[in-house]
Parts: sequence; structure tokens; C-alpha cells
Amino acid sequence: MEYYLQLFINGLVVGSIYSLVALGFVIIYKATKVVNFAQGELVMVGAYICFSLTVQFHIPFVWAFVLTLAFSVLLGLAIERMVLRPLIGEEHISVIMVTIGMSSVLKSLVQLFWGTQIRVYPQVLPSEPFVIAGLPIAPVYIAAFVLSGVLFAIFSAFFKYSRIGIAMRATAFDQQAAQSMGIGIKNIFAMSWCIACIVSAVGGVILGNINGINSQLGHLGLKVFPAVILGGLDSLLGAALGGLIIGVLENVCDGAARQLLGLGGFREVAAFVILVVILMIKPYGLFGTKEIERV
Amino acid sequence: MNEVLRVENLEVVYNDVVLVLKGLSLACPKGEITALLGANGAGKSTTLKAISGLLECEDGEVTDGFIMYQDEPIQKINPEKIVRKGIFQVMEGRRIFEDLTVEENLKCGAFTRPRSEMAGSMEKVYDYFPRLKERRKQLAGYMSGGEQQMCAIGRAIMARPELLLLDEPSLGLAPLLVEEIFEIIKKINSNEGVTVFLVEQNARAALSVAKQAYIMENGRVVMEGKAEDLLNNPDVQEFYLGMGKSGDKRSYRDVKHYRRRKRWLG
Repeated sequence: MEYYLQLFINGLVVGSIYSLVALGFVIIYKATKVVNFAQGELVMVGAYICFSLTVQFHIPFVWAFVLTLAFSVLLGLAIERMVLRPLIGEEHISVIMVTIGMSSVLKSLVQLFWGTQIRVYPQVLPSEPFVIAGLPIAPVYIAAFVLSGVLFAIFSAFFKYSRIGIAMRATAFDQQAAQSMGIGIKNIFAMSWCIACIVSAVGGVILGNINGINSQLGHLGLKVFPAVILGGLDSLLGAALGGLIIGVLENVCDGAARQLLGLGGFREVAAFVILVVILMIKPYGLFGTKEIERV
Repeated sequence: MNEVLRVENLEVVYNDVVLVLKGLSLACPKGEITALLGANGAGKSTTLKAISGLLECEDGEVTDGFIMYQDEPIQKINPEKIVRKGIFQVMEGRRIFEDLTVEENLKCGAFTRPRSEMAGSMEKVYDYFPRLKERRKQLAGYMSGGEQQMCAIGRAIMARPELLLLDEPSLGLAPLLVEEIFEIIKKINSNEGVTVFLVEQNARAALSVAKQAYIMENGRVVMEGKAEDLLNNPDVQEFYLGMGKSGDKRSYRDVKHYRRRKRWLG
């Protein structure tokens, strides 16, 4: 039993990272209807920047973290300005293809600067585990979970109450009508890419603290698809829950397969099995919008 | 300066080929309601979009002529800046943000205004449309067509424009509601001192509130005058108010050539 509880908790932590990355994905999709295949690479870039600042430039971790966030804002602006703005008015599919290209470019850049071997973050939080309900839990896990929760709360409030957040949702619904209100939709697009870069970088930094990083980190982006499809492509709450559920399910399934069937590596496929099942029975996801139909 | 808006010899082309406006000229006197009437495809909505800058996202382009707003040309400016200059368009078909609440829709209308005005503007909207107040927490997509139109006009009030462009506010509404909406448009015009430029197919309703009107066909203005003169004009009665005697269908083209002088010559 304890074995499964431990798996469950690991799943929650990994899941909270999925949720963060899914949040970035959903924000871009909501505002611009672009499916961003480079989401995982944004995670990787954030993780490497923070790594580089702490280890190679010897900046204290907290400041390195803040600088990473600032860098993410710039990265978001740069991507929007240089890659996506020229594509405004083009077919959706071309924009999506461009994000795939961008993921290759980002990955190659990371390999160019930092090589392909695993890099390990310096110890930031104490390694002495907390014991909660008889289970030892590493502080970094708790920090990861809390940080994700806080970011979610902030962004939910942002979309519900702030003027720009509301404008972003309006733009997502009807770009031309939003323009007629004086909402600058280019700024809104830039903003959504910035937010996506920020949350991804935070996810990357957390992952780096838990596992270390290598140039394959971008594959995490693929794991986010089951999460957002499960939660609903355009729902923040869906992203949060979808990430957690996928995280927990893949860990528990993996553990079960290992213990009961003696099979390893089920983790990698579990999420995609779930993805296929969801697409068959609930293609809008748990919280995705169906069109409002007035009768 | 008593003309808020003056359009001169405007030409608009879509997709580089389709010439929709062919030298359109009109003017909106300050503080009054001006109507623009015409059949489907005459270019009414295009005229409004040219003024508000929204042509840009439909691949339309002003190729000739000017749009002067308070004696300043605005034909090449993007829509956000035009809203900030005080021109607000209520688009055809209401274009409510359906998955936002009524209140959030109204907040979007005030996007370009200082935060301090928000509460006051909101109260004002609820005074004009008490029904919106009852439903302010409701998703706008679930409201009836009339309520959505109120919400769309409410957004415009939130923006406190100098010049309000209305694109077919009567579209898809029951006759009684049309009357109510037009009463409110008149009230907004007199209370807020906002100049209104109204595009309509429902000529009778539009002429009942407007002070003067233009009638356009095929991308040109073919007739203009005071609203009451147009109401009494036999051609207008026949073609736009449905009071014709003869049963056979005729085009405007067949009558009164002398009225259809080409405006760029006159």
C-alpha cells in the first residue's frame, strides 16, 4: 500500500509540472488557436537558462530564477514578433508547422550551447525529507507542488478579474469583435506567448531541481498533450486537473505493471493509452467548451 | 466644426479585385443621428468597417478618397487607435463574447478607458438596460437576441465614444424590440451628446430616429436628404418602405435618372 501511496505522491508532483506546462499550452491555444508543439522545448530552454546562470555564472539561485523569468518574457516576445507575427492571417496549419520547426531549432540551440549530457542543479532545498502521514517526502517535491498551485491561483485570478485577462478571453472568442473594442490583438498574442514561456520555464526549473536536465527534456511537451486533451484544450481548470491526473495515472500504472506483471517502462505509454481512450469517449475533454447553443 | 465625420470619394477594394465602394461621400453632423440605408450588398457595412479600421482583417483596403474624423484623416490607422480617438462600432450580428459574462463583456467595452470611469459607466449602462443588470453574472451566450443587442450597445456606452457606428441593430429582432432598441439609441444620442451613424435595412425604423439619411446602391450614394423628406419621397416609399403600387419588381435603376447624379461630378 505504501508503495502505491508513494507512487501517487510522485505522480502528483510530476503531474503538477505537467499542469504548469499544460497551462502555457492552453493559454496560447485559448488566445490564438495555435497548437504549440514547441511547449516542451520552452520548458527545456527555461531549465537550461536557470542552470547556466546558477552553475556557470555563479548567481545565487533565487536571482537566477528571477532572471530566468525575465528571460522568458523576452523569449516570448521574440517568438511572437519574429516567428508568429509574420504569419498572422495565414492558415492555422502553417502556424502549427512553424511551431514544430521552432521546437527543432530550440532543441538544437540548447545542444549547441550545453551539449547533450545530463546536467545537475546544485542542491537548493535541504535534502532531509519531511515525514507526512508516515511517508517521507522530499522538500523539493512539496515546493514544486506548492509553486504550481500558487501559479495556477494567480493565473485563474488574472483571467477572471484583470482587464487584460478578460480582454485575452474576449480575443480568444472573437478576434475582430475584440479589435472593435480597441483591444490590440497583437499585444494580446505577445502576452500569451510570454505567459506560456514563463510557466514553462518555472516547470523546467522545478524539473531540473528534481531530476537534473538533459537535451531530451523537450519530450515532456508530448506528455502534455494527454493532459490538455483530458482536461479540454481551452480550459485552465482542465489543464490543472488533466496534468495531475495524467501524472498520477502514469506513475501508478507504471508501478502496477512493474509489480504485478514484471514489465518496466509502462510509464512512457500509459499517458498515451489514456489519450486514445479520452478521444474516443469524450473528445472535448472534461472541461472543454462545447459551443453554446441557444434554443 | 460641425461635421464629426466626413467621407469623400471613398473607394474600397477587397482582395485587390472586388471594388465595393465606388466613390462614396457622406457626412455626419455633430450630435445628430445620420442613417445610411440600402439593400443587401450595397456596401453599407463596408463603409462602417472602412471608418472603424476593421477592413484590415478582412483583406479590404481603402484605395482612394478620405475619411476625415474631426478634420483629421483616419483611413490608414489601425482599429485600436481609432477606438482611442473616440469612434466605436457596434458590429453587425451583435458579436457578443458568448463565453464571457455580461459584466465582462461590458468591461471589454471600456478597455480603452481609464479604470476610474468603470463603475460609473457600468451604472449608466444598467440605467439604460435594467435587464442587463439582472443578468450581469450570466454568460452572454445564453441570452436572447434582444438582450445580446442591448449588451452590444452597452459595450459601446462603456467606451464613451464621440461617434457611435451602429451596424444593423435591428437585425433578427422582433418588431417591438426593434422599437425599444431605437428608442434607446435616440436616448443615448440626446443624453450623451454622441453622434450616431446608423446603418440599416429597416428603413422605416431608421428614418424614424435619424435626422438625415443617405441611401446607397452599388457602392455609391444615390440619394440623400432630411429623414422626413425621404419618408415622403415616392421612390423611397416604393423601394424601401414597401408601399409600392405596382406588383412587378423593378430596380431602382429604372427610375428617376436625374436623381442619380454621379456624386464626384456634383
